[in-house]
Amino acid sequence: MSITFLGWPLGSTGPFPLYSFHVPAGFPSPAADHMEGHISLDELFDIRAPHVYLVRVEGDSMQGAGIYSGDIVIVDRGREPEHGDIVIAALNSEPVCKRLHRRDGVVMLKSENRNYPPRHVGEGDDMVVWGVVRYSVRDHAQ
Amino acid sequence: MRSEPLFALIDCNAFYASCERVFRPDLARTPIVVLSNNDGCVIARSYDAKPYVKMGEPYFQAREKLSRHGVVAFSSNYALYGDMSERVMTLIEGMVPALEVYSIDECFADLSGIQQGLTQFGNSLRTRVLQCTGIPVGVGIAGTKTLAKLANHMAKRLLSQTDGVIDITDPVKRDWVLRNSKASDVWGIGRKMTAHLEAMGIYTAMDLARADARTLRQKFSVVVEKTARELGGTPCLELEDVEMAKHEICSSRMFGERLSDLPPIKQAVATYVGRAAQKLRAQGSLCKRMRVSIRTGMFNPKEAHHAQGALVELPYPTCDTLLMTRLATDAVSKIFRPGFRYSKAEVLLMDLRQPGEFSEDLFALNQPVASGRLMRVMDDINDRWGRGTMRTASVPLIPDWGMKRGMMSQSYTTRIDQLWTVKC
Repeated sequence: MSITFLGWPLGSTGPFPLYSFHVPAGFPSPAADHMEGHISLDELFDIRAPHVYLVRVEGDSMQGAGIYSGDIVIVDRGREPEHGDIVIAALNSEPVCKRLHRRDGVVMLKSENRNYPPRHVGEGDDMVVWGVVRYSVRDHAQ
Repeated sequence: MRSEPLFALIDCNAFYASCERVFRPDLARTPIVVLSNNDGCVIARSYDAKPYVKMGEPYFQAREKLSRHGVVAFSSNYALYGDMSERVMTLIEGMVPALEVYSIDECFADLSGIQQGLTQFGNSLRTRVLQCTGIPVGVGIAGTKTLAKLANHMAKRLLSQTDGVIDITDPVKRDWVLRNSKASDVWGIGRKMTAHLEAMGIYTAMDLARADARTLRQKFSVVVEKTARELGGTPCLELEDVEMAKHEICSSRMFGERLSDLPPIKQAVATYVGRAAQKLRAQGSLCKRMRVSIRTGMFNPKEAHHAQGALVELPYPTCDTLLMTRLATDAVSKIFRPGFRYSKAEVLLMDLRQPGEFSEDLFALNQPVASGRLMRVMDDINDRWGRGTMRTASVPLIPDWGMKRGMMSQSYTTRIDQLWTVKC
Protein backbone atom coordinates (compact mmCIF):
# COMPACT_ATOMS: atom_id res chain seq x y z
CA MET A 1 0.00 0.00 0.00
CA SER A 2 1.44 3.38 -0.92
CA ILE A 3 0.78 6.35 1.26
CA THR A 4 0.53 9.98 0.28
CA PHE A 5 0.85 12.44 3.12
CA LEU A 6 -1.83 15.11 2.79
CA GLY A 7 -0.82 17.49 5.54
CA TRP A 8 -2.47 18.10 8.86
CA PRO A 9 -6.21 17.71 9.02
CA LEU A 10 -7.92 20.18 11.27
CA GLY A 11 -10.98 20.04 13.45
CA SER A 12 -14.16 21.85 12.57
CA THR A 13 -13.60 24.76 14.87
CA GLY A 14 -10.10 25.78 14.15
CA PRO A 15 -8.79 28.20 11.65
CA PHE A 16 -5.26 27.36 12.82
CA PRO A 17 -2.58 28.29 10.35
CA LEU A 18 -0.86 25.42 8.62
CA TYR A 19 2.45 27.04 9.41
CA SER A 20 3.05 29.40 12.23
CA PHE A 21 6.47 30.90 12.23
CA HIS A 22 7.21 33.29 14.96
CA VAL A 23 10.36 35.12 14.01
CA PRO A 24 10.94 38.08 16.32
CA ALA A 25 14.21 38.89 14.60
CA GLY A 26 16.15 37.29 11.85
CA PHE A 27 15.47 35.66 8.56
CA PRO A 28 11.81 35.75 7.36
CA SER A 29 10.19 32.40 6.80
CA PRO A 30 10.79 31.07 3.31
CA ALA A 31 7.41 29.35 3.58
CA ALA A 32 5.45 32.55 4.11
CA ASP A 33 4.91 33.08 0.38
CA HIS A 34 3.69 29.52 -0.11
CA MET A 35 0.85 29.32 2.44
CA GLU A 36 -2.02 27.38 0.93
CA GLY A 37 -4.61 27.48 3.68
CA HIS A 38 -5.87 24.44 5.53
CA ILE A 39 -6.96 20.91 4.99
CA SER A 40 -10.37 20.32 6.45
CA LEU A 41 -12.19 17.01 6.82
CA ASP A 42 -15.44 18.99 7.03
CA GLU A 43 -14.74 20.25 3.53
CA LEU A 44 -13.47 16.96 2.20
CA PHE A 45 -16.59 15.12 3.31
CA ASP A 46 -18.80 18.19 2.86
CA ILE A 47 -20.49 17.49 6.19
CA ARG A 48 -21.59 21.10 6.67
CA ALA A 49 -23.70 20.92 3.52
CA PRO A 50 -27.47 20.99 4.11
CA HIS A 51 -28.02 17.71 2.27
CA VAL A 52 -25.33 15.68 4.10
CA TYR A 53 -26.04 13.60 7.22
CA LEU A 54 -24.03 11.37 9.53
CA VAL A 55 -25.53 7.97 10.33
CA ARG A 56 -24.15 5.15 12.45
CA VAL A 57 -24.45 1.60 11.11
CA GLU A 58 -24.78 -1.57 13.12
CA GLY A 59 -24.35 -5.09 11.79
CA ASP A 60 -21.96 -7.11 9.64
CA SER A 61 -23.82 -7.39 6.34
CA MET A 62 -21.76 -4.71 4.56
CA GLN A 63 -18.30 -5.91 5.62
CA GLY A 64 -17.38 -6.75 2.03
CA ALA A 65 -17.74 -3.06 1.19
CA GLY A 66 -15.51 -2.13 4.12
CA ILE A 67 -18.35 -0.96 6.33
CA TYR A 68 -18.24 -2.51 9.79
CA SER A 69 -20.52 -2.40 12.78
CA GLY A 70 -20.18 0.89 14.65
CA ASP A 71 -18.85 2.85 11.67
CA ILE A 72 -20.21 6.26 10.82
CA VAL A 73 -21.34 6.70 7.24
CA ILE A 74 -21.61 10.06 5.52
CA VAL A 75 -24.87 10.18 3.60
CA ASP A 76 -25.73 12.49 0.70
CA ARG A 77 -29.43 13.09 0.19
CA GLY A 78 -28.87 15.47 -2.72
CA ARG A 79 -27.75 12.72 -5.15
CA GLU A 80 -30.07 10.63 -7.26
CA PRO A 81 -29.50 7.03 -6.14
CA GLU A 82 -28.12 4.89 -8.96
CA HIS A 83 -27.57 1.22 -9.59
CA GLY A 84 -24.57 0.09 -7.57
CA ASP A 85 -24.72 2.86 -4.95
CA ILE A 86 -24.61 1.96 -1.28
CA VAL A 87 -27.75 3.52 0.16
CA ILE A 88 -29.68 4.08 3.32
CA ALA A 89 -33.19 2.91 2.47
CA ALA A 90 -36.40 2.36 4.33
CA LEU A 91 -37.75 -1.05 3.35
CA ASN A 92 -41.27 -1.45 4.64
CA SER A 93 -40.52 1.29 7.18
CA GLU A 94 -37.34 -0.36 8.42
CA PRO A 95 -34.14 1.60 7.78
CA VAL A 96 -31.26 -0.45 6.33
CA CYS A 97 -27.86 0.14 4.76
CA LYS A 98 -27.40 -1.97 1.58
CA ARG A 99 -26.15 -1.83 -1.98
CA LEU A 100 -28.85 -0.82 -4.44
CA HIS A 101 -29.32 -3.06 -7.46
CA ARG A 102 -31.61 -1.65 -10.14
CA ARG A 103 -31.29 -3.30 -13.54
CA ASP A 104 -33.78 -4.51 -16.15
CA GLY A 105 -36.75 -3.89 -13.91
CA VAL A 106 -35.25 -5.87 -11.05
CA VAL A 107 -34.77 -3.99 -7.78
CA MET A 108 -32.74 -5.58 -5.02
CA LEU A 109 -31.04 -4.56 -1.81
CA LYS A 110 -27.80 -6.52 -1.67
CA SER A 111 -25.53 -7.25 1.25
CA GLU A 112 -21.77 -7.50 1.00
CA ASN A 113 -21.54 -10.66 3.07
CA ARG A 114 -22.12 -14.22 1.88
CA ASN A 115 -24.25 -15.01 4.91
CA TYR A 116 -26.96 -12.59 3.77
CA PRO A 117 -28.84 -13.28 0.53
CA PRO A 118 -30.00 -10.32 -1.60
CA ARG A 119 -33.44 -8.99 -0.78
CA HIS A 120 -35.72 -8.66 -3.81
CA VAL A 121 -37.94 -5.62 -3.66
CA GLY A 122 -41.26 -6.59 -5.16
CA GLU A 123 -44.69 -5.13 -5.84
CA GLY A 124 -45.85 -5.64 -2.30
CA ASP A 125 -42.85 -3.90 -0.79
CA ASP A 126 -42.60 -0.27 0.09
CA MET A 127 -39.08 1.02 -0.44
CA VAL A 128 -37.84 4.59 -0.17
CA VAL A 129 -34.19 5.46 -0.69
CA TRP A 130 -33.26 7.88 2.11
CA GLY A 131 -29.82 8.84 0.85
CA VAL A 132 -26.64 7.69 -0.84
CA VAL A 133 -23.63 6.65 1.27
CA ARG A 134 -20.55 8.59 0.09
CA TYR A 135 -17.94 7.81 2.74
CA SER A 136 -17.51 5.77 5.88
CA VAL A 137 -15.44 6.50 8.95
CA ARG A 138 -14.07 3.94 11.37
CA ASP A 139 -11.94 4.06 14.47
CA HIS A 140 -9.01 1.71 13.92
CA ALA A 141 -7.92 1.89 17.54
CA GLN A 142 -11.13 0.21 18.72
CA MET B 1 -35.51 39.91 -17.12
CA ARG B 2 -38.57 40.88 -15.08
CA SER B 3 -38.19 44.30 -13.57
CA GLU B 4 -41.18 44.32 -11.19
CA PRO B 5 -40.68 42.84 -7.72
CA LEU B 6 -41.58 39.22 -7.23
CA PHE B 7 -41.81 37.37 -3.91
CA ALA B 8 -42.29 33.85 -2.68
CA LEU B 9 -43.37 32.79 0.78
CA ILE B 10 -42.04 29.32 1.47
CA ASP B 11 -43.09 27.48 4.61
CA CYS B 12 -42.59 24.00 5.97
CA ASN B 13 -45.69 21.85 6.39
CA ALA B 14 -46.32 20.85 10.02
CA PHE B 15 -42.63 21.56 10.57
CA TYR B 16 -41.93 20.02 14.00
CA ALA B 17 -43.91 16.89 13.18
CA SER B 18 -42.17 16.63 9.79
CA CYS B 19 -38.76 16.86 11.50
CA GLU B 20 -39.69 13.97 13.80
CA ARG B 21 -40.53 11.86 10.74
CA VAL B 22 -37.20 12.39 8.94
CA PHE B 23 -35.36 9.79 11.02
CA ARG B 24 -38.42 7.65 11.71
CA PRO B 25 -39.52 6.15 8.38
CA ASP B 26 -41.72 3.83 10.43
CA LEU B 27 -43.86 6.85 11.32
CA ALA B 28 -44.41 7.99 7.72
CA ARG B 29 -48.11 7.18 7.97
CA THR B 30 -48.58 7.57 11.70
CA PRO B 31 -50.18 10.77 12.97
CA ILE B 32 -47.79 12.80 15.16
CA VAL B 33 -48.12 15.64 17.66
CA VAL B 34 -45.34 17.65 19.30
CA LEU B 35 -45.74 19.05 22.82
CA SER B 36 -44.61 22.34 24.32
CA ASN B 37 -41.91 22.63 27.01
CA ASN B 38 -42.63 20.38 29.98
CA ASP B 39 -45.00 18.42 27.75
CA GLY B 40 -47.71 20.97 28.54
CA CYS B 41 -49.82 21.21 25.41
CA VAL B 42 -49.96 20.30 21.75
CA ILE B 43 -48.00 22.82 19.64
CA ALA B 44 -47.69 20.97 16.33
CA ARG B 45 -49.72 18.36 14.50
CA SER B 46 -49.04 16.38 11.36
CA TYR B 47 -51.91 16.66 8.83
CA ASP B 48 -53.22 13.25 9.73
CA ALA B 49 -53.28 14.16 13.45
CA LYS B 50 -55.40 17.29 12.93
CA PRO B 51 -58.79 15.56 13.13
CA TYR B 52 -57.99 14.15 16.58
CA VAL B 53 -56.68 17.08 18.57
CA LYS B 54 -56.87 20.86 18.67
CA MET B 55 -53.85 23.15 18.61
CA GLY B 56 -52.94 24.17 22.17
CA GLU B 57 -54.95 21.40 23.81
CA PRO B 58 -53.39 20.37 27.16
CA TYR B 59 -51.61 17.06 26.82
CA PHE B 60 -52.97 15.52 30.01
CA GLN B 61 -56.47 16.12 28.65
CA ALA B 62 -55.72 14.71 25.18
CA ARG B 63 -53.44 11.83 26.14
CA GLU B 64 -56.05 9.11 26.37
CA LYS B 65 -57.78 10.13 23.14
CA LEU B 66 -54.46 10.37 21.27
CA SER B 67 -53.31 6.91 22.22
CA ARG B 68 -56.73 5.52 21.31
CA HIS B 69 -56.28 6.84 17.75
CA GLY B 70 -52.65 5.72 17.54
CA VAL B 71 -51.28 9.27 17.54
CA VAL B 72 -47.63 9.38 18.67
CA ALA B 73 -46.59 12.32 20.89
CA PHE B 74 -43.11 13.84 21.08
CA SER B 75 -41.58 16.32 23.52
CA SER B 76 -40.20 19.30 21.61
CA ASN B 77 -36.64 18.73 20.39
CA TYR B 78 -35.41 22.19 19.46
CA ALA B 79 -31.86 21.03 18.71
CA LEU B 80 -33.29 18.87 15.91
CA TYR B 81 -35.77 21.48 14.64
CA GLY B 82 -33.11 24.20 14.63
CA ASP B 83 -30.68 22.07 12.62
CA MET B 84 -33.33 20.96 10.11
CA SER B 85 -34.51 24.57 9.74
CA GLU B 86 -30.97 25.67 8.94
CA ARG B 87 -30.70 22.96 6.30
CA VAL B 88 -34.00 23.98 4.67
CA MET B 89 -33.10 27.68 4.66
CA THR B 90 -29.59 27.06 3.29
CA LEU B 91 -31.00 24.97 0.44
CA ILE B 92 -33.54 27.65 -0.49
CA GLU B 93 -30.93 30.38 -0.19
CA GLY B 94 -28.84 28.57 -2.79
CA MET B 95 -31.70 28.69 -5.31
CA VAL B 96 -33.02 32.25 -5.01
CA PRO B 97 -31.51 35.74 -5.43
CA ALA B 98 -32.24 36.81 -1.80
CA LEU B 99 -33.85 35.37 1.31
CA GLU B 100 -35.42 36.65 4.52
CA VAL B 101 -35.78 34.02 7.22
CA TYR B 102 -39.07 34.96 8.84
CA SER B 103 -39.35 32.23 11.46
CA ILE B 104 -38.02 28.75 12.17
CA ASP B 105 -40.19 27.27 9.40
CA GLU B 106 -40.93 30.19 7.06
CA CYS B 107 -39.03 32.49 4.72
CA PHE B 108 -39.65 35.12 2.11
CA ALA B 109 -37.60 34.90 -1.07
CA ASP B 110 -36.97 37.51 -3.72
CA LEU B 111 -37.60 35.85 -7.08
CA SER B 112 -36.97 38.84 -9.35
CA GLY B 113 -34.95 37.73 -12.34
CA ILE B 114 -36.00 34.07 -12.19
CA GLN B 115 -36.14 33.02 -15.84
CA GLN B 116 -38.12 29.81 -15.87
CA GLY B 117 -41.86 29.47 -15.34
CA LEU B 118 -42.72 30.40 -11.77
CA THR B 119 -44.89 27.40 -10.93
CA GLN B 120 -42.20 25.16 -12.36
CA PHE B 121 -39.59 26.98 -10.27
CA GLY B 122 -41.74 26.58 -7.16
CA ASN B 123 -42.07 22.88 -7.85
CA SER B 124 -38.34 22.36 -8.35
CA LEU B 125 -37.68 24.20 -5.08
CA ARG B 126 -40.18 22.00 -3.30
CA THR B 127 -38.73 18.84 -4.81
CA ARG B 128 -35.16 19.77 -3.91
CA VAL B 129 -35.94 20.62 -0.28
CA LEU B 130 -37.99 17.45 0.09
CA GLN B 131 -35.24 15.26 -1.36
CA CYS B 132 -32.40 16.82 0.64
CA THR B 133 -34.18 17.12 3.99
CA GLY B 134 -37.39 15.10 3.89
CA ILE B 135 -39.32 18.22 4.86
CA PRO B 136 -42.33 19.12 2.66
CA VAL B 137 -42.74 22.84 1.92
CA GLY B 138 -45.47 25.00 0.41
CA VAL B 139 -44.75 27.91 -1.94
CA GLY B 140 -46.83 31.01 -2.65
CA ILE B 141 -45.66 33.36 -5.39
CA ALA B 142 -46.90 36.90 -6.04
CA GLY B 143 -45.90 40.50 -6.66
CA THR B 144 -46.02 41.53 -2.98
CA LYS B 145 -45.11 39.84 0.31
CA THR B 146 -48.67 40.02 1.62
CA LEU B 147 -50.04 38.41 -1.56
CA ALA B 148 -47.31 35.74 -1.50
CA LYS B 149 -48.32 34.85 2.05
CA LEU B 150 -51.99 34.66 1.02
CA ALA B 151 -51.08 32.50 -1.99
CA ASN B 152 -49.17 30.14 0.30
CA HIS B 153 -52.21 29.91 2.58
CA MET B 154 -54.39 29.03 -0.42
CA ALA B 155 -51.84 26.47 -1.67
CA LYS B 156 -52.25 24.68 1.63
CA ARG B 157 -56.04 24.76 1.51
CA LEU B 158 -55.99 23.35 -2.02
CA LEU B 159 -53.10 20.97 -1.44
CA SER B 160 -54.54 18.18 -3.61
CA GLN B 161 -55.01 20.44 -6.67
CA THR B 162 -51.88 22.58 -6.32
CA ASP B 163 -49.23 20.22 -5.02
CA GLY B 164 -48.32 22.97 -2.57
CA VAL B 165 -47.32 25.62 -5.14
CA ILE B 166 -49.45 28.59 -6.26
CA ASP B 167 -48.35 31.45 -8.50
CA ILE B 168 -50.79 34.36 -8.46
CA THR B 169 -48.82 36.89 -10.49
CA ASP B 170 -51.60 36.63 -13.09
CA PRO B 171 -54.27 39.22 -12.05
CA VAL B 172 -57.11 36.82 -12.82
CA LYS B 173 -55.71 34.21 -10.43
CA ARG B 174 -54.87 36.88 -7.87
CA ASP B 175 -58.44 38.18 -7.87
CA TRP B 176 -59.79 34.66 -7.54
CA VAL B 177 -57.65 34.10 -4.44
CA LEU B 178 -58.65 37.49 -3.00
CA ARG B 179 -62.34 36.73 -3.48
CA ASN B 180 -62.02 33.29 -1.93
CA SER B 181 -59.98 34.28 1.13
CA LYS B 182 -61.37 35.79 4.29
CA ALA B 183 -59.94 39.07 5.54
CA SER B 184 -58.83 37.15 8.63
CA ASP B 185 -56.65 34.91 6.40
CA VAL B 186 -54.52 37.95 5.51
CA TRP B 187 -51.07 38.32 7.06
CA GLY B 188 -51.23 40.57 10.13
CA ILE B 189 -55.03 40.72 10.41
CA GLY B 190 -55.83 39.39 13.87
CA ARG B 191 -59.11 38.55 15.53
CA LYS B 192 -59.79 42.02 16.91
CA MET B 193 -58.99 43.68 13.61
CA THR B 194 -61.28 41.23 11.83
CA ALA B 195 -64.18 42.32 14.02
CA HIS B 196 -63.47 46.00 13.28
CA LEU B 197 -63.21 45.31 9.56
CA GLU B 198 -66.45 43.34 9.53
CA ALA B 199 -68.17 46.28 11.17
CA MET B 200 -67.05 48.29 8.11
CA GLY B 201 -68.41 45.65 5.72
CA ILE B 202 -64.99 44.19 4.93
CA TYR B 203 -65.26 40.40 4.90
CA THR B 204 -63.02 39.06 2.17
CA ALA B 205 -59.42 39.80 1.25
CA MET B 206 -60.85 41.40 -1.89
CA ASP B 207 -62.97 43.79 0.24
CA LEU B 208 -59.80 44.77 2.09
CA ALA B 209 -57.83 45.26 -1.13
CA ARG B 210 -60.55 47.60 -2.42
CA ALA B 211 -61.08 49.52 0.83
CA ASP B 212 -60.11 53.16 0.89
CA ALA B 213 -56.47 53.33 1.99
CA ARG B 214 -56.79 56.70 3.69
CA THR B 215 -59.75 55.59 5.77
CA LEU B 216 -57.84 52.50 6.87
CA ARG B 217 -54.87 54.61 7.95
CA GLN B 218 -57.03 57.05 9.87
CA LYS B 219 -59.16 54.37 11.53
CA PHE B 220 -56.37 51.87 12.26
CA SER B 221 -52.76 52.40 11.32
CA VAL B 222 -50.37 52.81 8.49
CA VAL B 223 -49.64 49.07 8.81
CA VAL B 224 -53.19 48.12 7.85
CA GLU B 225 -53.10 50.65 5.03
CA LYS B 226 -49.94 49.00 3.68
CA THR B 227 -51.53 45.57 3.98
CA ALA B 228 -54.46 46.71 1.84
CA ARG B 229 -52.18 48.30 -0.75
CA GLU B 230 -50.09 45.15 -0.93
CA LEU B 231 -53.24 43.08 -1.50
CA GLY B 232 -54.03 45.43 -4.37
CA GLY B 233 -50.66 44.60 -5.89
CA THR B 234 -48.60 47.63 -4.86
CA PRO B 235 -45.43 46.46 -3.09
CA CYS B 236 -44.89 48.33 0.20
CA LEU B 237 -42.70 45.81 2.03
CA GLU B 238 -39.24 44.72 1.05
CA LEU B 239 -37.15 41.78 2.17
CA GLU B 240 -35.64 42.57 5.52
CA ASP B 241 -32.08 41.42 5.38
CA VAL B 242 -29.56 41.83 8.14
CA GLU B 243 -30.69 40.59 11.53
CA MET B 244 -30.40 43.45 13.99
CA ALA B 245 -28.55 42.94 17.26
CA LYS B 246 -31.16 42.44 19.97
CA HIS B 247 -31.68 45.16 22.57
CA GLU B 248 -32.70 42.72 25.27
CA ILE B 249 -31.91 39.08 25.84
CA CYS B 250 -34.13 36.85 27.91
CA SER B 251 -33.65 33.34 29.19
CA SER B 252 -36.48 31.80 31.15
CA ARG B 253 -38.06 28.44 31.66
CA MET B 254 -40.65 26.73 33.72
CA PHE B 255 -39.08 24.27 36.13
CA GLY B 256 -39.92 20.61 35.58
CA GLU B 257 -41.31 20.59 39.12
CA ARG B 258 -42.19 23.16 41.77
CA LEU B 259 -39.21 24.33 43.87
CA SER B 260 -39.46 25.48 47.49
CA ASP B 261 -35.75 25.59 48.40
CA LEU B 262 -33.23 28.22 47.46
CA PRO B 263 -30.26 26.09 46.25
CA PRO B 264 -31.95 24.55 43.18
CA ILE B 265 -33.46 27.94 42.29
CA LYS B 266 -29.97 29.44 42.40
CA GLN B 267 -28.79 26.65 40.10
CA ALA B 268 -31.58 27.42 37.66
CA VAL B 269 -30.77 31.14 37.71
CA ALA B 270 -27.06 30.37 37.16
CA THR B 271 -28.02 28.17 34.19
CA TYR B 272 -30.20 30.87 32.63
CA VAL B 273 -27.50 33.51 33.16
CA GLY B 274 -25.04 31.20 31.38
CA ARG B 275 -27.36 30.83 28.38
CA ALA B 276 -28.21 34.51 28.20
CA ALA B 277 -24.57 35.59 28.50
CA GLN B 278 -23.60 33.22 25.71
CA LYS B 279 -26.24 34.78 23.44
CA LEU B 280 -24.93 38.18 24.49
CA ARG B 281 -21.38 37.31 23.43
CA ALA B 282 -22.62 35.69 20.21
CA GLN B 283 -23.97 39.07 19.08
CA GLY B 284 -20.84 40.81 20.36
CA SER B 285 -22.64 42.93 22.95
CA LEU B 286 -22.03 43.87 26.57
CA CYS B 287 -24.72 44.44 29.16
CA LYS B 288 -24.93 46.93 31.98
CA ARG B 289 -28.12 45.85 33.74
CA MET B 290 -29.98 42.64 34.33
CA ARG B 291 -33.30 41.68 35.86
CA VAL B 292 -33.68 38.46 37.75
CA SER B 293 -37.15 37.27 38.66
CA ILE B 294 -38.88 34.24 40.11
CA ARG B 295 -42.53 33.38 40.44
CA THR B 296 -44.89 30.73 41.66
CA GLY B 297 -47.62 29.22 39.48
CA MET B 298 -50.22 31.96 39.00
CA PHE B 299 -53.31 29.98 38.08
CA ASN B 300 -53.76 27.37 40.76
CA PRO B 301 -56.15 28.95 43.27
CA LYS B 302 -55.04 26.54 46.02
CA GLU B 303 -51.45 27.78 45.97
CA ALA B 304 -50.01 30.92 47.53
CA HIS B 305 -48.86 33.28 44.79
CA HIS B 306 -45.62 35.18 44.81
CA ALA B 307 -43.68 36.95 42.10
CA GLN B 308 -40.66 39.08 42.70
CA GLY B 309 -37.87 40.52 40.63
CA ALA B 310 -34.65 42.38 41.28
CA LEU B 311 -32.74 44.76 39.09
CA VAL B 312 -29.00 44.23 39.16
CA GLU B 313 -26.71 47.04 38.18
CA LEU B 314 -23.42 45.68 36.86
CA PRO B 315 -20.20 47.51 37.80
CA TYR B 316 -19.28 47.95 34.13
CA PRO B 317 -20.64 46.84 30.76
CA THR B 318 -19.80 43.15 30.72
CA CYS B 319 -20.33 39.76 29.10
CA ASP B 320 -18.57 37.83 31.86
CA THR B 321 -20.65 34.81 32.88
CA LEU B 322 -18.79 34.49 36.21
CA LEU B 323 -19.50 38.03 37.36
CA MET B 324 -23.08 37.97 36.12
CA THR B 325 -23.76 34.59 37.76
CA ARG B 326 -22.42 35.78 41.13
CA LEU B 327 -24.54 38.94 41.12
CA ALA B 328 -27.66 37.18 39.80
CA THR B 329 -27.55 34.40 42.39
CA ASP B 330 -26.97 37.01 45.15
CA ALA B 331 -30.02 38.85 43.88
CA VAL B 332 -32.23 35.79 43.81
CA SER B 333 -31.20 34.94 47.39
CA LYS B 334 -32.55 38.34 48.40
CA ILE B 335 -35.91 38.03 46.67
CA PHE B 336 -36.52 34.36 47.52
CA ARG B 337 -39.10 33.81 50.26
CA PRO B 338 -39.50 30.49 52.00
CA GLY B 339 -42.90 28.85 52.01
CA PHE B 340 -43.72 29.31 48.35
CA ARG B 341 -43.59 26.77 45.57
CA TYR B 342 -41.80 28.47 42.72
CA SER B 343 -42.45 27.40 39.13
CA LYS B 344 -40.35 29.70 36.96
CA ALA B 345 -37.25 31.89 36.90
CA GLU B 346 -36.26 34.47 34.34
CA VAL B 347 -33.09 36.36 33.55
CA LEU B 348 -33.39 39.43 31.36
CA LEU B 349 -30.28 41.23 30.12
CA MET B 350 -30.92 44.91 29.45
CA ASP B 351 -29.11 48.05 28.48
CA LEU B 352 -27.07 46.19 25.87
CA ARG B 353 -24.24 47.98 24.15
CA GLN B 354 -21.69 47.30 21.51
CA PRO B 355 -18.10 47.66 22.73
CA GLY B 356 -16.85 51.13 21.85
CA GLU B 357 -20.43 52.41 21.48
CA PHE B 358 -20.64 53.70 25.05
CA SER B 359 -18.61 56.76 25.91
CA GLU B 360 -15.71 55.58 27.96
CA ASP B 361 -14.99 57.80 30.89
CA LEU B 362 -11.25 57.69 31.39
CA PHE B 363 -11.72 56.68 35.01
CA ALA B 364 -14.76 54.44 34.58
CA LEU B 365 -14.27 50.75 35.20
CA ASN B 366 -14.03 48.55 32.15
CA GLN B 367 -14.33 44.82 31.82
CA PRO B 368 -10.84 43.38 32.43
CA VAL B 369 -9.28 42.09 29.22
CA ALA B 370 -8.68 38.73 30.88
CA SER B 371 -12.44 38.14 31.45
CA GLY B 372 -13.16 38.66 27.77
CA ARG B 373 -10.45 36.20 26.87
CA LEU B 374 -11.64 33.61 29.36
CA MET B 375 -15.17 33.86 27.95
CA ARG B 376 -13.89 33.38 24.41
CA VAL B 377 -12.09 30.22 25.46
CA MET B 378 -15.25 28.97 27.19
CA ASP B 379 -17.40 29.62 24.10
CA ASP B 380 -14.85 27.91 21.84
CA ILE B 381 -14.79 24.84 24.05
CA ASN B 382 -18.59 24.68 24.20
CA ASP B 383 -18.87 25.19 20.43
CA ARG B 384 -16.53 22.35 19.83
CA TRP B 385 -17.50 19.85 22.50
CA GLY B 386 -21.15 20.65 22.99
CA ARG B 387 -23.21 23.03 25.10
CA GLY B 388 -22.44 22.90 28.81
CA THR B 389 -19.04 21.18 28.49
CA MET B 390 -17.47 24.10 30.33
CA ARG B 391 -19.75 25.95 32.72
CA THR B 392 -19.75 27.65 36.07
CA ALA B 393 -19.73 25.26 39.01
CA SER B 394 -23.19 26.47 40.04
CA VAL B 395 -24.73 24.92 36.93
CA PRO B 396 -25.51 21.21 37.39
CA LEU B 397 -25.04 18.73 34.56
CA ILE B 398 -28.44 17.13 34.93
CA PRO B 399 -30.68 19.28 37.08
CA ASP B 400 -33.49 17.79 39.17
CA TRP B 401 -35.56 20.82 38.24
CA GLY B 402 -34.98 20.43 34.49
CA MET B 403 -37.76 20.37 31.99
CA LYS B 404 -39.93 17.33 31.66
CA ARG B 405 -39.23 15.99 28.20
CA GLY B 406 -40.09 12.37 28.62
CA MET B 407 -40.88 11.73 24.97
CA MET B 408 -38.04 13.54 23.28
CA SER B 409 -36.40 12.11 20.18
CA GLN B 410 -32.60 11.99 19.78
CA SER B 411 -30.47 14.91 18.66
CA TYR B 412 -29.95 13.01 15.41
CA THR B 413 -28.05 15.76 13.62
CA THR B 414 -26.26 17.66 16.35
CA ARG B 415 -24.82 15.09 18.78
CA ILE B 416 -22.27 12.53 17.64
CA ASP B 417 -23.34 10.18 20.44
CA GLN B 418 -27.00 10.36 19.34
CA LEU B 419 -26.68 9.74 15.60
CA TRP B 420 -29.38 7.84 13.81
CA THR B 421 -28.45 4.15 13.88
CA VAL B 422 -29.28 1.98 10.89
CA LYS B 423 -28.96 -1.81 10.59
CA CYS B 424 -26.78 -3.32 7.94
